[in-house]
Amino acid sequence: MITVENLTKRYGPHPAVDDVSFQCEPGTVTGFLGPNGAGKSTTMRMICGLTAPTAGRATVSGHPYRELPNPGREVGVLLDASAQHAGRTGREALTLSAYTMGLDRREVAAKLDLVGLNAVAAKRRVRAYSLGMRQRLGLAQALLGDPRVLILDEPANGLDPEGIFWMRGLLRDFADRGGTVLLSSHLLREVEAVADRLVVIGGGRIVAQGDKNELLAGGGTVVRARDDAALRRALELAGLSAADSSEGLLVQADAEAVGQAAADAGVALAELRPAAGGGLEQLFLTLTAGESTKEAVR
Amino acid sequence: MTTTTTPTAGAVAPRQHTAVRRPSLLRLTVAELRKLVDTRAGRWLLITIGLLTAAIVTLQLIYAEEADQTFLNFFVPSLLPVSVLLPVLGILSITSEWSQRTALTTYALVPRRERVVAAKLLAVALTALASVLTSLAVAAVGTLVASAIGGAGTWQFDWSLLLNAVVIQVTSVLMGAAFGLLLLNTPLAIVGYLLLPTLWGVLGEMVKPLRGPSEWLDTSKTMEPLFSSDAVTGGQWGRMAVSLLVWMVLPLAAGLFRTLRREVS
Repeated sequence: MITVENLTKRYGPHPAVDDVSFQCEPGTVTGFLGPNGAGKSTTMRMICGLTAPTAGRATVSGHPYRELPNPGREVGVLLDASAQHAGRTGREALTLSAYTMGLDRREVAAKLDLVGLNAVAAKRRVRAYSLGMRQRLGLAQALLGDPRVLILDEPANGLDPEGIFWMRGLLRDFADRGGTVLLSSHLLREVEAVADRLVVIGGGRIVAQGDKNELLAGGGTVVRARDDAALRRALELAGLSAADSSEGLLVQADAEAVGQAAADAGVALAELRPAAGGGLEQLFLTLTAGESTKEAVR
Repeated sequence: MTTTTTPTAGAVAPRQHTAVRRPSLLRLTVAELRKLVDTRAGRWLLITIGLLTAAIVTLQLIYAEEADQTFLNFFVPSLLPVSVLLPVLGILSITSEWSQRTALTTYALVPRRERVVAAKLLAVALTALASVLTSLAVAAVGTLVASAIGGAGTWQFDWSLLLNAVVIQVTSVLMGAAFGLLLLNTPLAIVGYLLLPTLWGVLGEMVKPLRGPSEWLDTSKTMEPLFSSDAVTGGQWGRMAVSLLVWMVLPLAAGLFRTLRREVS
């Protein structure tokens, strides 16, 4: 369980995170979405007590992070896979953490095995690791204390498709067994595939949050006709607003209304479907585009 | 890729823990000691300190007058080079967390940062004590060799010197750590540590009005009596305390304040 209440972080006059509130329930994966610089990492660092918030508070399992007696046993944190000592071996990095948390040493081997780092890789210095291997090591580190909560910042970065698929399964399974997962990404498809809930942030503010399916349902309808101009006129006549997208016209209405409008005007359709596949992307773009433009102008 | 295997998916489940306790200061100190030796840089720094001690005793066995080849004369000179290198160890133990960005993991596991800092100071102080033991051991070996090859080999030792040695090494490693805490950057801290007291020493020599305060604030002057076998007087301890207040306690306090508030990213 993660609770974030009105978290705000200002650097000078510029708010990096502005009045952010959301909750992650046990048994769910929450996707934390936003373009680069939207404030995802800052929010996550504030949850983990690594950055002091200007205002607001965050709790993990009911306690402020800094008051958790042995945080590693409660929350698994992976904020930056490259934040490992280049001169230590993968095994040594985990051994240090396991010792600090008071864990059995066998956990180290078990978690290395779990994330697919074999004995050869474990004995290598982190300097020689690829980004994908560092992500795996970071994930092993986060899982080391068998926590009930996972906070992962862009964990899919650098993983190969097979690795991404594997991680998705691991997180889904973790949540299905009662765990809480907060997972940030700018890779929309990645989050769409695994998250139950979405929190979308842009320019430091939450621009949308809620159940993934509900949010996606608002994605609109994609419609295409050979006679593009006629279709536009038909939609306009029916009072439906249409926007250009790469796949055709994107209409903020359900398929039935769009089909009826076309039929009434006698326009033959080439395609008519809910914007499900790219729905989240569209949502993401529409929700964050304005914000980032504002950012750029500021 | 040969280094990753197909992972077994779905073997993680959140577990309920029985009363999780926070890691003790002893545990954190042991972890910090381990960090001092588990990288090449740290290990070689410690090995260099040991080798330097051995080298100085060896040089004396070769070049010193036979009558001067005593336990005392082996022990005292080995302190100075070690006291120059130990601060680097103190600095690195603090700053490498930031330069290697392991602070992210360290402070996520132990969010009470003052406990990590305390453990680090304890760890480097223990290392300083160990260096004194090494100096004693190497001096003892030197004395044995000296008596075998015709040197004086006398064991006479003034125990107050042992206290002096401990004070020298522990304060120098802590001074380094203090600069590390304050500047949180390896090159800056090393340069700062080496340059500032020296600069102050030079200024104290050149600028007349500074000569008085320099008697109290220049650590190279105030610590000097520790290297001689004459007993250190109360006044000398006082000056030492004042200079350490300025060069060790103040940077430690300011550095702790800075470390507690700093954003970890």
